[in-house]
Amino acid sequence: MNTKVISLVSIGAHPTSGRARRAEQDARAVELGLQLAGDNLQVLHAGDSQEPALRAYLGMGLEQLHVLEQPAGADALGVLGDYLRDAGAELVLTGSQAETGEGSGMLPFLLAEQLGWPLVVGLAEVESISNGVAQVLQALPRGQRRRLKVRLPLLATVDNAAPKPRQSAFGPARRGVLAARQVEIVEDELFTGAELQPAKPRPKRLKVIKAKSGADRMKAATAKASGGGGQVLKDVSPQAGAEAILKLLIEEGVVR
Amino acid sequence: MLNTLLPILLFAALGLAVLGALRRVSLWRQGRPSKVDLIGGLLAMPRRYMVDLHHVVARDKYMANTHVATAGGFVLAAVLAILVHGFGLHNRILGYALLFASVLMFVGALFVYARRRNPPARLSKGPWMRLPKSLLAFSVSFFLVTLPVAGILPANFGGWVMAVILGVGVLWGVSELFFGMTWGGPMKHAFAGALHLAWHRRAERFGGGRSTGLKPLDLEDPQALLGVEKPKDFTWNQLLGFDACVQCGKCEAACPAFAAGQPLNPKKLIQDMVVGLAGGTDANFAGSPYPSLDGSGKPIGEHGGNPHQPIVNGLVDAETLWSCTTCRACVEECPMMIEHVDAIVDMRRHLTLEKGATPNKGAEVLDNLIATDNPGGFAPGGRMNWAADLNLNLLSDKKTTDVLFWVGDGAFDMRNQRTLRAFVKVLKAAKVDFAVLGLEERDSGDVARRLGDEATFQLLARRNIQTLAKYSFKRIVTCDPHSFHVLKNEYGAFDGNYVVQHHSTYMAELIESGKLSLGQHKGGTVTYHDPCYLGRYNGEYQAPRDVLNALGIEVKEMQRSGFRSRCCGGGGGAPITDIPGKQRIPDMRMEDIRETKAELVAVGCPQCTAMLEGVVEPRPLIKDIAELVADALIEEVVASQPAPAKRKPAEVH
Repeated sequence: MNTKVISLVSIGAHPTSGRARRAEQDARAVELGLQLAGDNLQVLHAGDSQEPALRAYLGMGLEQLHVLEQPAGADALGVLGDYLRDAGAELVLTGSQAETGEGSGMLPFLLAEQLGWPLVVGLAEVESISNGVAQVLQALPRGQRRRLKVRLPLLATVDNAAPKPRQSAFGPARRGVLAARQVEIVEDELFTGAELQPAKPRPKRLKVIKAKSGADRMKAATAKASGGGGQVLKDVSPQAGAEAILKLLIEEGVVR
Repeated sequence: MLNTLLPILLFAALGLAVLGALRRVSLWRQGRPSKVDLIGGLLAMPRRYMVDLHHVVARDKYMANTHVATAGGFVLAAVLAILVHGFGLHNRILGYALLFASVLMFVGALFVYARRRNPPARLSKGPWMRLPKSLLAFSVSFFLVTLPVAGILPANFGGWVMAVILGVGVLWGVSELFFGMTWGGPMKHAFAGALHLAWHRRAERFGGGRSTGLKPLDLEDPQALLGVEKPKDFTWNQLLGFDACVQCGKCEAACPAFAAGQPLNPKKLIQDMVVGLAGGTDANFAGSPYPSLDGSGKPIGEHGGNPHQPIVNGLVDAETLWSCTTCRACVEECPMMIEHVDAIVDMRRHLTLEKGATPNKGAEVLDNLIATDNPGGFAPGGRMNWAADLNLNLLSDKKTTDVLFWVGDGAFDMRNQRTLRAFVKVLKAAKVDFAVLGLEERDSGDVARRLGDEATFQLLARRNIQTLAKYSFKRIVTCDPHSFHVLKNEYGAFDGNYVVQHHSTYMAELIESGKLSLGQHKGGTVTYHDPCYLGRYNGEYQAPRDVLNALGIEVKEMQRSGFRSRCCGGGGGAPITDIPGKQRIPDMRMEDIRETKAELVAVGCPQCTAMLEGVVEPRPLIKDIAELVADALIEEVVASQPAPAKRKPAEVH
């Protein structure tokens, strides 16, 4: 495949020890990229090129990993966007949410907005790419998949539905090159200026088991998620459909 | 006529043997360099052969006597034949000596023949079936041609017919026994074996010593190989060692993975390495194949390779290497003292460090070890939760202690926590001055190293050594034979030298010195399962039995106990790589235990406990030695503390 694939990676943190590691979802983005582009995959990180945890990505068999050199607290958004546009990326893969830092999960959305590219959330598989259009499977809850056709260039986030990352091996990790590049440093004022406090665990809803039998429980567990409300529009003109959607978005406060 | 023919035959055969030897040596020299005392090794070789090797062979009296007669007779007969018939020294005394030697060899060869009439499955067939006949041909021919020298028969008895027959006999004999030795016939084992003993990479094993720690990889040098990919990546004396294999199949008979139907046969593996070093396919292998799940064995002749080709998936399948439990039963049984486990771990190192191809849960366990210092991925802060109520001394507070209790990763396992608590009870009862590292302790690195991840092992080892260097203690005691082995035998290469004891050894000392007042074991009959890493790796067979005897237990020994103990299946990361077989190794071990009719099996290893307790009930109970001792402790009557007042239920407003 000649599509230019770039996977974005961040520094992860182990859930129990908090030690730096390759981030689970980002590693899946690299795995998917390797399956698609093989040795042509480019992997990109914005941050400290001396961070040893980055070598864990190299251990997956990468010859090099490009690093946009930034200190902690710098805004990665602008430099990533510039880099991706200049590099001629056609498919950019990234994890859904970072394990360290802000971890807001907003980066892919902001990046897609900045680049003006379509964004696919929860990419599970890329089935084919031809004539600048990718046919992909998107993961939905309960193991469901949705087939999408999206024009390139495309930004996609992966989560646990994407293929499991391959083992990181010591030899390639040691040999691989961390290619640092100097970029303009823009402070992320929203992050550095904000006051951070540890998240409080959200109180859990008491679980009331209504099911009386095993069969009921099975039914409850396998039932399709249903929103209840909503309305199905059929046989309406594009104009009328768009108006209905906009009306809903205004009602819900999404668009103001 | 024979007088002219025999010298020609003998010297031609010797000449060919020398050529073959040179060729064989050049094959071994393809391997990497290895530091060996060449001259000293050669000088030590006869003693290693007659004492150390014979000690292993003598476990089977029939074969030992047969081999002494055949090999002794042959060496003597060969030397004398060269003198008498090669150089024409027709001396009567030499003649009689040669007659005696050939008779001795003949008798030995008869026993070899008898054994080959209905050989056990572990023996290789093929060319090996011809060997007793060749031995007989050699001994009979030289006996007959020597009769005239001794003056028993006239010089030209039997006329030219006899001369032709004897000529053919001698030709056959010297072909097999002289140049067959260096051109790859069954007698290769004598030539390669002698040199292998001389230049063994673990010379410490000879003279009653023990050398079981794996050799470290040089990770500082980026050019150094990370394990063995191709046959030429072995050191030259490892290649020589493979060539020494006599295909007796003692390893095959002892291998738990082979018995369980997992795709490993140590003998076949060594023969595959021989194929690798010489080039070719395994089509000529005439022993048991690697087992396959359908029971018919993996087909022979489909694998091949050469010194410059990757081993895995050409010569050997990866699952063969991952089936090994590193129990060392094969090494213990091998009369040629070949190091199977070293070779397997060397090849695993390449798969893990270069290919990232540790199967099944391997990658996850290694990631956990890197991120949390324990294979289960548990929060490191929970390492001491098992002892929350025990008020253990921390070495970080005390700085100095008599006994450092190395807890091991069993700290995270609820079953093993019972063992740990029992051992703490024993230590407290004996009023031992002891302390633990607490949260400063990390996994010893055993599993990482056996899975081939030398990098993670060295990381953990160096950090542990750094921690240990901060404190002063007289000895380390641990309930885990794997930690015991690694701390005792493998940290030395990184300047971590300690006195390390298994808890059974330490308890035996405590009992010996009267520090423990023990009652009798109450309950039924008991057998004892020797953990591989305590027994075969470290030679500790007696102390656990002494402890059990002190509890009034008469151990009902299993057929396979002591140095022949069968592995529980838990070593070498085998439960993690989990290669399927026809049955599970712990189930087989439980059968061994059931045969003794014991109601309880005493163990001394958290892995063995976990593996054996995984066998479905009904089965004998499994208890660690520490638990048995703790149960039998006679506790001092302490002035009874006032019973805590019954707590009132808190009022709720």
